[in-house]
Amino acid sequence: MNLTLKVWRQKDAKSPGRMVEYQAANIIPDMSFLEMLDVVNEGLIARGEEPIAFDSDCREGICGTCSLVINGIAHGGQRGTTACQLHMRHFQDGQTITIEPWRAKSFPVLKDLVTDRGAFDRIIQAGGFVSVNTGGTPDANALPVAKVDSDRAMDAAACIGCGACVAACKNASAMLFVSAKVSHLALLPQGKVERNQRVLNMVQQMDAEGFGNCTVTGSCEAVCPKEISLDFIARLNREYGKALLKGATGHKETV
Amino acid sequence: MKLDSNIPSGPLAQKWDKHKFEMKLVNPANKRKFDVIVVGSGLAGASAAATMAELGYRVKCFCFQDSPRRAHSIAAQGGINAAKNYANDGDSIYRLFYDTIKGGDFRSREANVYRLAQVSVNIIDQCVAQGVPFAREYGGLLTNRSFGGAQVSRTFYARGQTGQQLLLGAYQALCRQIGHGNVKMYPRTEMLELVVVDGQAKGIIARDLVTGEISAHAGDAVVLATGGYGNVFYLSTNAKGCNVTATWRAYKKGAAFANPCYTQIHPTCIPVSGDHQSKLTLMSESLRNDGRVWAPKKKGDTRPANQIPEDERDYLLERKYPSFGNLAPRDISSRAAKEVCDEGRGVGPGGLGVYLDFADAIKRLSLETVKERYGNLFEMYEKITGEDAYQTPMRIYPAVHYTMGGTWVDYNLMSSLPGLFVIGEANFSDHGANRLGASALMQGLADGYFILPYTIGNYFASQKPAKANVSHPEFKKALEDAGALTKRLLSINGKRSVTSFHRELGKLMWEKCGMARSTESLKEALARIPELRSEFWKNVKVTGETGSLNQDLEAAGRVADFLEFAELLCLDALTREESCGGHFRVEHQYPDGEAKRDDEHFAFVSAWEYQGPGKPPVLNKEPLTYEEVHMSTRSYK
Repeated sequence: MNLTLKVWRQKDAKSPGRMVEYQAANIIPDMSFLEMLDVVNEGLIARGEEPIAFDSDCREGICGTCSLVINGIAHGGQRGTTACQLHMRHFQDGQTITIEPWRAKSFPVLKDLVTDRGAFDRIIQAGGFVSVNTGGTPDANALPVAKVDSDRAMDAAACIGCGACVAACKNASAMLFVSAKVSHLALLPQGKVERNQRVLNMVQQMDAEGFGNCTVTGSCEAVCPKEISLDFIARLNREYGKALLKGATGHKETV
Repeated sequence: MKLDSNIPSGPLAQKWDKHKFEMKLVNPANKRKFDVIVVGSGLAGASAAATMAELGYRVKCFCFQDSPRRAHSIAAQGGINAAKNYANDGDSIYRLFYDTIKGGDFRSREANVYRLAQVSVNIIDQCVAQGVPFAREYGGLLTNRSFGGAQVSRTFYARGQTGQQLLLGAYQALCRQIGHGNVKMYPRTEMLELVVVDGQAKGIIARDLVTGEISAHAGDAVVLATGGYGNVFYLSTNAKGCNVTATWRAYKKGAAFANPCYTQIHPTCIPVSGDHQSKLTLMSESLRNDGRVWAPKKKGDTRPANQIPEDERDYLLERKYPSFGNLAPRDISSRAAKEVCDEGRGVGPGGLGVYLDFADAIKRLSLETVKERYGNLFEMYEKITGEDAYQTPMRIYPAVHYTMGGTWVDYNLMSSLPGLFVIGEANFSDHGANRLGASALMQGLADGYFILPYTIGNYFASQKPAKANVSHPEFKKALEDAGALTKRLLSINGKRSVTSFHRELGKLMWEKCGMARSTESLKEALARIPELRSEFWKNVKVTGETGSLNQDLEAAGRVADFLEFAELLCLDALTREESCGGHFRVEHQYPDGEAKRDDEHFAFVSAWEYQGPGKPPVLNKEPLTYEEVHMSTRSYK
């Protein structure tokens, strides 16, 4: 396959960026999208040009590092698939492909296709955990958890924190990401003790990071490589509403 | 070098409890006077950083990824072992201990492994309390699955994403401490040098991968949790960023490196599809619970799988190892697959593959059940190969997956350099010559949550919190060294890319020092590696500059270290004149092709000691003595 790529190049966070055209020749349909970029980069290095910077690590769809907007769609539009698991057999010979970084104020571009998603870490730091120290925990089977709750919690916990939901959202909202963690922990008895405080803190941090609000268009769910359901946003709203009414009193962690 | 394993005296089952009591403690008010540097934020690093911060130490944690949540522990699919005996099928701490020692082909330390089995039960309790959504039965209790090398069901799992869920548990605990200000996190920061002051590890030099700034960090102890070195083979199931740099540079500062030749080749990976391949993908070993491994009986049989009749199929693992069948340990299953491919009975492109067939399981259990158990793995297979494994059997082939070797550590997880602790896959400790499935997660978390936080206290209690200052000449020198190396890489401006060297090294290692190793092949590799290394330093082309985000430069530094490390790996493999676990020397096998271990001459840990550039390393031997178990020939027949 021979392809034309239009790729976002940006020297660093401060410099303006622009789309640059490259040819990707002799691409094999069994290559992953990132392997195709590897080939293009090898060509650039051979010519003494700087390769296109993009994030990737596990290349098996679980670490959440890769973050490309391909032809305008976060992760490229194959349902439930990260960019690293997208294969070239889904493209046509001669096609033009545009490749951009996540676009959101809260995810500033560091270079080319690499963005800073530290905002997600800071949201988790604000409350996305159960406050247990190591040691002294009861036997794992001391507290039965209904399979339906455990399975639902796992559905939410499957989020890989890639940020595609934010990149796809016209408001750059992080609600799907936040709702996944809030739901995961609120559904389990271990997370119930702190549920009010947790949701208030996480939402506060989400707002402080400058993410937009949710207008329920569902584009986040559509691009989510782990197919996290929009239902969790409804659950987040409910958790948040309840926490506002009940207040976090009595659930504050004592440090 | 004097290697003291510091194994406590007394009966095996009481060693750890006794040691915990005998270790000195640091007063709670004094803990905050100690600074700990943790490099790596996977299961071992994140759990250690979080736990030490909870105890009151001041922690700095570094990772090269953009977030601590992305460490490669996240990719573990199948599960985590623990001797809970929830399945009531005869499991116990002693059985998990024995299975692990036997699985490691009697090349691990008895006391370490027993301790690992002991704390395994605490790990599950800890993770559940953190909200890790392990799979459950309808009654609300936890469920288990079976894994290779064991005849009991002791593996806890969270769909096919166990590593991810355990890592998120540890990451969340770490985030909580970051939020409280007890841990300072440095993402996108890579360790370049270890700083040793008066014979003790006192800090690191690290490069900010975004700005390129190289800075010094001092502490009272340094903990490396930097994972394994599987990427020395270029193609492996490791993430692209996994590297040996931290442990290798620590080796060059005096921390002995143990058993580098113990590399694990995982039997169930998706076969290589072409030269463009950037990494290999593992299909969880849990698939072997229900999938049956087979190859055609006839050589060069090119018929599609479903047109090969039952009596012309060779269910190789069931035939060779009837009592363990498809759940034979990894090293054994991998070699069995290689054997049939070598005989010309392999399937798929290049004949490098065997089938993993679920037709019987679908008949026995229903399609829905198979989908529920393994759905995400079948999807992953479909994405990569474009084939539907519910219809045609999967094709699998062994690939480099895990490295049992690593920095030598004593019972306290301290390396031969005082003040340098090494945990998780980065150390050599508990898996001997072969790791059993679902034991890597167990070891990483055991080290991080339950062992290091105790033993590091003992070290601090015998130290004064007189932390080295970054203005010390050793820090200045290390800073200059790191800067000079970076500049040198950028100044070569040759003709070949970093990847082309890495690929060539990997191919050489796989062919000469992979699943089967011989004196001849190892000598060839040992002759070729220095040539390749010297070409690298003359002819590599690294683009860009040092003062900004430069992925080419990052890769160059890592490949430069692999080019040195590979030689030690091959040397270790050549020196170990026996076959054990993942290390198979063709000269040492029984007539039926099984590995021939030599306990008389090789029941020791090889701990290699650096002697300076261009000088051969010195081999130190730590004898392995077994007080409790009898060293037997490993049989899964």
